Amino acid sequence: MFQRLRESKSARGTLLALPTTAWLFVLLIIPLILTLIVSFGQRSPDGNVIYTFTLNNYIRLFGYSTDCPVGQASCFEPLYLNILWRSLSLAFNTTWVVVIMAYPLAYFIARAHPKKRSLYLFMVLIPLWTNFVIRVYAWMMLLRKEGAINAIIGWLMHLLNIPFVPFEMLYTPGAVLVGMVYEFLPFMILPIYTSLEKIDNSLYEAAADLGANSLKTFLRVTLPLSMPGMVAGTILVFIPVMGTFIVSDILGGRQVILVGNLIQRQFLDARDPTFGSAVSLILMVMTLIVTYFYTRKFGFGEEIVSA
Amino acid sequence: MTSEFAVEMRDVVKKFITPEGHEISAVDHVTMQIKNGEFFSMLGSSGCGKTTSLRMVAGFEWTTEGEVFIEGKPMGHIPPFQRKVNTVFQSYALFQHLTVFQNVAFGLEMEHVEKEEIKQRVGRALEMVQLTGMDRRKPKQLSGGQQQRVALARALVKTPEVLLLDEPLGALDLKLRKEMQLELKALQQQLGITFIYVTHDQEEALAMSDRIAVMSHGRVQQIGSPVEVYERPVNKFVADFIGESNFLEGRINSISESEAKVFIHSLNVELIGIPISEGLVNGDEVTVCIRPEKIRIVEEDIPNQNIFCGKVANTVYIGADTHVFVNLYGIKLKVWEQNFISRLHSKLYAVGQDVCLALAPENTLVLKKD
Repeated sequence: MFQRLRESKSARGTLLALPTTAWLFVLLIIPLILTLIVSFGQRSPDGNVIYTFTLNNYIRLFGYSTDCPVGQASCFEPLYLNILWRSLSLAFNTTWVVVIMAYPLAYFIARAHPKKRSLYLFMVLIPLWTNFVIRVYAWMMLLRKEGAINAIIGWLMHLLNIPFVPFEMLYTPGAVLVGMVYEFLPFMILPIYTSLEKIDNSLYEAAADLGANSLKTFLRVTLPLSMPGMVAGTILVFIPVMGTFIVSDILGGRQVILVGNLIQRQFLDARDPTFGSAVSLILMVMTLIVTYFYTRKFGFGEEIVSA
Repeated sequence: MTSEFAVEMRDVVKKFITPEGHEISAVDHVTMQIKNGEFFSMLGSSGCGKTTSLRMVAGFEWTTEGEVFIEGKPMGHIPPFQRKVNTVFQSYALFQHLTVFQNVAFGLEMEHVEKEEIKQRVGRALEMVQLTGMDRRKPKQLSGGQQQRVALARALVKTPEVLLLDEPLGALDLKLRKEMQLELKALQQQLGITFIYVTHDQEEALAMSDRIAVMSHGRVQQIGSPVEVYERPVNKFVADFIGESNFLEGRINSISESEAKVFIHSLNVELIGIPISEGLVNGDEVTVCIRPEKIRIVEEDIPNQNIFCGKVANTVYIGADTHVFVNLYGIKLKVWEQNFISRLHSKLYAVGQDVCLALAPENTLVLKKD
């Protein structure tokens, strides 16, 4: 058997992939199937799952409600659809803001002297040394009414003799956006940097030689050649933002509830794992659809160069 | 055309700061005048300043001192995209995300040429480099030689007055390189535009150029036609760099108007009837330079004919030629003998065999000591 292993490349490949495959099967595939089964179940009064087949959870998610004004047995209540929409648009907004902020920095690092690049990359990574939750709490300190930002603005206004009332930035959609952008910025900078860094200097020179000024060089050469990095970064940012609940929990409070928060509450507070499972699956399907159409248009970032 | 010269470099200096903080002159007071329609090569080993000189003409680098003129106009800090020169890069620098057609069309689109015209001109350019039908491929799908042709077409489609080529054939294998040399030369003659060609390959430079600038350490050592730089090198560096040479140290013993007797220290003999260049006087220490293919192996010693006898130290048969190393009073001289007759019929020289070498005066070059 070992003889065969040594000779056959595919057999060796299978063996190498085995541990990961087993891991994924036990911890991803099986739980996913369980989630699917539970999502068709029904909540018992004491918060357990009754295994039946009902579409009630999905019907509820898409707006069917029995908690209606007097006289109506059922009505349309888009509460959960709103949450889904809010999550989707926040993920879109976070992604494009992150792209716009990450690109110039990645470009700057990629064009810096090789000796300085590693220092800059190191600085990009430093925030990741601190715990995710602690960093979000730090934003809370900055954004709240008595926080640093209000204090600084107040001090400046005081110097200019303009009356100033501290305003509330915390617990707004803007605060959640700021938190998300902050958390996920490095995940966009690194892939864009990687693809920019690969562009040979002679390509910029060739473009200039052929009559392109810096703007045209950027639009016709730099940007298309860095698409793989932007695609990879977008996937790395969009998917986690769709699912995360910590940032919105801390910076959004009760005002900004996202899908992630909804799922968390269904499992922990509301003790309705059947509805929580249904929401989880819909979140997954939504993410898959967006990623599918996105990668079909832009690829996974490798096809740019080959045909 | 306003100027006699397509490109002129006037006393150009380019200084760089090394990472250690030292200042080095990559190009050190270089002056060259490149005529319209000329195939001009800059030849030298790496670090001699040839590529830096070319990049200053293209506009990728700016001069520290001196000035570059294109068509008689000083270039100053004019950026590359406003200069009427185009470059073929050593790495080709093709845009991998664009097709062959789009690569070649790139420069025309920058000039806002009309779509129909772009189509025609790109078609003609691709035809010129024999790539018709490849226009929809991506560079990665082409061989090295084909990529090189795309780079050439992309530069030529702009109809530049001057084409700059930075070791364009460096990445090709020997056979393809020789083919491309002939093709490039033919193309240059057909188009009548000025080529400035950077290479470290002396054979390439000799084969293609109208004139060659031999460079080392940021300086021009000699500018001349291929025959001039090979047959009349101005110093020992050029004689050594281009082709091979036997160098003998000597002293001018007596001198007349056109010829001299040169005493060779190491051989303890006197060469007679040697033609000399200007500026040499009696008693000058000189280096005598003799090309190995210009030494003849003769049967017998004839006095007063610059014929000297020694023993064969080694014989190397390389097909077209035989390289014979002859020990002459303790000095080893290289002699190349063309194999006129198959060596199957005429024997190779044996090690230790007695031979005499004829050093014809007209093939002996006397260089003042550096």
